[in-house]
Amino acid sequence: MPGNRWALRYCGNMLSLTIKEVSLALREGKISPLELCRKCLKRIKKTQHLNAYITVTEELALKQAEEAESRLLQGVYQGILDGIPFAVKDNFCTENIRTTCASRMLKDFLPPYNATVVQKLLDQGAVLVGKTNMDEFAMGSGSTDGVFGPVRNPWSYAAPYREQSGGAEDDSEWVITGGSSGGSGAAVTSLTSFLALGSDTGGSTRNPGALCGAVALKPTYGLLSRHGLIPLVNSMDVPGIVTRSTSDAAIVLEVLQGRDLKDSTTVQSPTSHAGFSEDFDVRNLCVGIPKEYHAPGLSQETLAQWSRLADLLEGAGARVREVSLPHTQHSIVCYHVLCCAEVASNMARFDGLEYGHRSTEDSSTDAMYAASRHEGFNAVVRGRILSGNFFLLQQNYERYFLKAQQVRRLIAEDFEHAFSAGVDVLLTPTTLSDAASYSHFIQADNRTRSTQEDVFTQPANLAGLPAVSVPTALSSRGLPIGLQLIGPAFQDGMLLSVAHWIEQRVGFPSISNYEVPNK
Amino acid sequence: MLGIHQIYGRRRVQLNIILPLLCRYYYASRTDNMLSTNVKTLRKTRNTPSRPVTVARLYSSNKHNSKVPKVPTWEPLGEDRIPSLPQVSSDLVDKLERLALVDFRTKEGLVCLERAIRQLFLRGDTVTEGDCAEKLLPLSNTTVEEYFVAPPGNIPLPRREERASMLKHSEF
Repeated sequence: MPGNRWALRYCGNMLSLTIKEVSLALREGKISPLELCRKCLKRIKKTQHLNAYITVTEELALKQAEEAESRLLQGVYQGILDGIPFAVKDNFCTENIRTTCASRMLKDFLPPYNATVVQKLLDQGAVLVGKTNMDEFAMGSGSTDGVFGPVRNPWSYAAPYREQSGGAEDDSEWVITGGSSGGSGAAVTSLTSFLALGSDTGGSTRNPGALCGAVALKPTYGLLSRHGLIPLVNSMDVPGIVTRSTSDAAIVLEVLQGRDLKDSTTVQSPTSHAGFSEDFDVRNLCVGIPKEYHAPGLSQETLAQWSRLADLLEGAGARVREVSLPHTQHSIVCYHVLCCAEVASNMARFDGLEYGHRSTEDSSTDAMYAASRHEGFNAVVRGRILSGNFFLLQQNYERYFLKAQQVRRLIAEDFEHAFSAGVDVLLTPTTLSDAASYSHFIQADNRTRSTQEDVFTQPANLAGLPAVSVPTALSSRGLPIGLQLIGPAFQDGMLLSVAHWIEQRVGFPSISNYEVPNK
Repeated sequence: MLGIHQIYGRRRVQLNIILPLLCRYYYASRTDNMLSTNVKTLRKTRNTPSRPVTVARLYSSNKHNSKVPKVPTWEPLGEDRIPSLPQVSSDLVDKLERLALVDFRTKEGLVCLERAIRQLFLRGDTVTEGDCAEKLLPLSNTTVEEYFVAPPGNIPLPRREERASMLKHSEF
């Protein structure tokens, strides 16, 4: 019978569907929310070696899935996300669910509330399957420095990579996910959840998105609430969205955006801007190629993809032209100064007194604080706090902190000039190359790697602009390469529309093509 | 012929009485043509028969540089896009007057202030959250009744050499 055949054909690949497709399947009764949830939980167990999750919320997920099921049976339908399993980076507060930021400092921390963006997803009926792994306190670009261990890229275990690395069963050459939202990237691309929230301060969502082969959106600063997101850099942090398709990202953005009274840095998006459209006509588009984004270290293959996309757009009638963002080269240093300065301030709250790890040292308050922070923070975090304090010293304040603020203004103005000169969107690489093997990546320290890896992504954070990474092809090593689009503020819809146009034409393969289907 | 400043002057007086100043500061380009409205006003006051009056005729007939916008370029903000007027209580006025050591006892001054702060989105100054001590206290390692307990303060951190040994003995 057709229904059964449909069910059989899809059951194996149900987890590789997009949100749109699986939501339809739920509503048509082809699969139930409980079955879907169980499949995801089973797959999480099967992919445990990836270490994508710090906490798997099995009981809660099943309970939420049951509620979604009873709603569906009653014909009461919360929305397109009703019954859809999702994962959340472990720096978003989740009520009574351990939220650790991959740090000893918050190892046993149970927040008494949900972050606004998490609450919004739950209100839509989405099912939380777990909290994802990350770099400690979101400091890093590899997801290798968290206290629960590094995250492994799912593509390490897919045929393309295994074949070209000799096909051996040898496990030692697995590749990183990128970071710091590596767990979220791995969760979505290993098909254990349909969407994941990350955070993006210098590229922490786009970087793993590119390396894991996912669509990763950094929304305009102020569009999504940061209430409940344990802050790294208040002036740059945004919640990031990781999905398997651009349409899915648009769906989630629509749900999550909006002014939040609990986050005074949020704004209501101006309604005059175009929303997401699947029929964007690129003949109306002017694409800028910022020449400074060919940075030292850019791999030949990523460069080739960049050129390929420029040709693709031009061939379809878009105007493509070279532009200049002259201060790009200085942006990584500027970012580093401002990031450390804000980190020094934001990490000051962790003293072991009201929450978090507390040392047994009790000779004095200061000694207790110092010992708790020594025990709770890893070397990367402590290093950034010290750097930040250095930049904020009275004798250094003007030379470093104020100067960085001025450079930040110049960088933001570079973008403004490009956009006001008629460019609609900028096309750049997301990362220097495809994912590095873990053994290679750890040969340099965290700060060096961040300086190298964040080069294309952090300018958008400095300027508060929306940016999205779209997977375009597999490299010769069989690993994903992603390209980035940056748009003017609040043009997230238009940005995703262009990303969608590209996605439809590049033919990036799904990881499920290379796997044996699930039972 | 009425001078331009006279026309604008008359219009301004009308606006103060009838409409919030703010709306008219935001100004359209080609479509909402204030100049054509001005032209109509001009015609009415002069009681001359209607005749087509183009924008160019109100100014000098010299050539206009094409890079310079010919008409004002501000866009009108509809009322719906401007947040509603916040209430400024007399207590607040008193406080402001004392801080600034200027007074604006006249009603006009107050109205000016209200319009200036209308631009910002301001939520009501009401306490909406809190009273959750029982949720927060369990998060701490060491509490006694409703207090967080800290070791004695006012003791400076030990010198660097002693600090190293203090941290060495700690858990990690």
